[in-house]
Parts: sequence; structure tokens; C-alpha cells
Amino acid sequence: MNPQSCVNINKEWDIVGARQLGREMAKEIGFSTVDQARIATAISELARNIYLYAEQGKISYEIIYNDSRAGLCLIAEDEGPGISDISQVMRDGFTTSGGLGAGLPGVKRLMDEFEVYSEVGKGTTIKTVKWLR
Amino acid sequence: MRIPILKLNNYLLISIQTEIDDQTAIQFQEDLLDEIYKTEASGVVIDLTSVDIIDSFIAKVLGDVVTMSDLMGAKVVLTGIQPAVAMTLIDLGINMQNVPTALDLEQGLLKLHKELGV
Repeated sequence: MNPQSCVNINKEWDIVGARQLGREMAKEIGFSTVDQARIATAISELARNIYLYAEQGKISYEIIYNDSRAGLCLIAEDEGPGISDISQVMRDGFTTSGGLGAGLPGVKRLMDEFEVYSEVGKGTTIKTVKWLR
Repeated sequence: MRIPILKLNNYLLISIQTEIDDQTAIQFQEDLLDEIYKTEASGVVIDLTSVDIIDSFIAKVLGDVVTMSDLMGAKVVLTGIQPAVAMTLIDLGINMQNVPTALDLEQGLLKLHKELGV
């Protein structure tokens, strides 16, 4: 398996493709069924945000190591409108799209590490990691 | 892609067997409401045994279809939610408290029988 991969998000079906690849990689690394579901769900939320707000972008996957522990690092990047108030989008239930507002705070809970970098008018990058237990 | 809807007496049965994308989910919502209207079904079981991911969008569509069907007078029960899916939904902060659920198709049908008193 390639330790590094990337999926472009341009259309709705790419959301499915992105989470399927994530699940495959998670399975290969040895994540439990529950963590595979957590990772696939997190990717689904990140990919949907790209599709919904930026229309296009990409998700990169990388198998990383900390000492001898393996992890899956996901980076979701877009050149969309950016987020003006990050604390607002990290609040449960906040939505501008009519969704449940579970996306980003949900991803943070599903994964172990989570960082958002965003600049209005330039785009958003979200980096998140799940470590093998 | 369309999710098949089966009719059994006055119930509708749906088993979701494929990876659901957003469009399929929305299409299913419409198809189910049309089918309830056409068949005058009083109960619906949506079996999710083969579904290994429910993200916030699919959760919203499922929750909405339960409410919409309820408005039309049909009771919906979701069955067979996998352990990993249940745990993921709680992590996402989605509790689906108002959605009737059952362990499997059989229990789901029993639940409908009880609720509808038939």
C-alpha cells in the first residue's frame, strides 16, 4: 500500500471515494472496526465541507509514526471562502448550510489531533491525526 | 442509484445495502414518501445492517425522513445500526433520540405491530 495518497474533491461522489480510501488505509494500518468507522466518518465530514463551501479541494492521507506508534494523518485543503470565526464553526450545532452543525466539532471528537488554519478569501486547511491504540 | 422499497402487507421494508452518497439519500427520501402515499402503508422498517458509515448528512436525512413519514401518518423504525456506527454517531454529537430503533428487522416489525396495534 502506498503510504501517501490524495483524493481530489470536485463532485459529490468524491466524498464517497475519499472515505472509502480512508477506511482501506485505516484497515491496512490495523485500526479497529470502530476506529475505521470514526476515520471514514471524519473524512466524509471534511470532504463534504470542501464540496459544500469551497466546491473543490483535496484530501491527503499519510501514514505517520511517533516512536513506534503508527497513525493516519489527514489534510483537507481548499481555496474556498475561508472561515472568519473558527470558534463559531467549532461550536456544536452551528451551521450555515442547514445541516446539523456536527461536522467540525464532530471530526475533532472522532480524531486524536485536530488543527484548523484558515484565511478569509484564501482557503482552509484542516490537519487531523488518529493514532493506533 | 435507487434504493429498492418493498411492500409487505401494510408495511414498507427497506434494506440499505450500498454505500449511500448524498444524492442517493435525498432520492430515497422522496421515493419513500411517494411510496407511503401510494401504498397507504402504516409502518416502515429501514434496515441499516449493511451500512458501515453514517455521517452527519446521512443522519440528518434519516432523521428527517422519520419526521416526514410521521407527518404523513406512517411510523418508521430504523433497525440494525452497527456498534461502530452507533459509537461514531455519539462522537459526532448526534443522538437521534426521537428516532424509533430496534436491534434487527424482526424486532423492528414487532415494534411496529405494538405501536400500531395490529
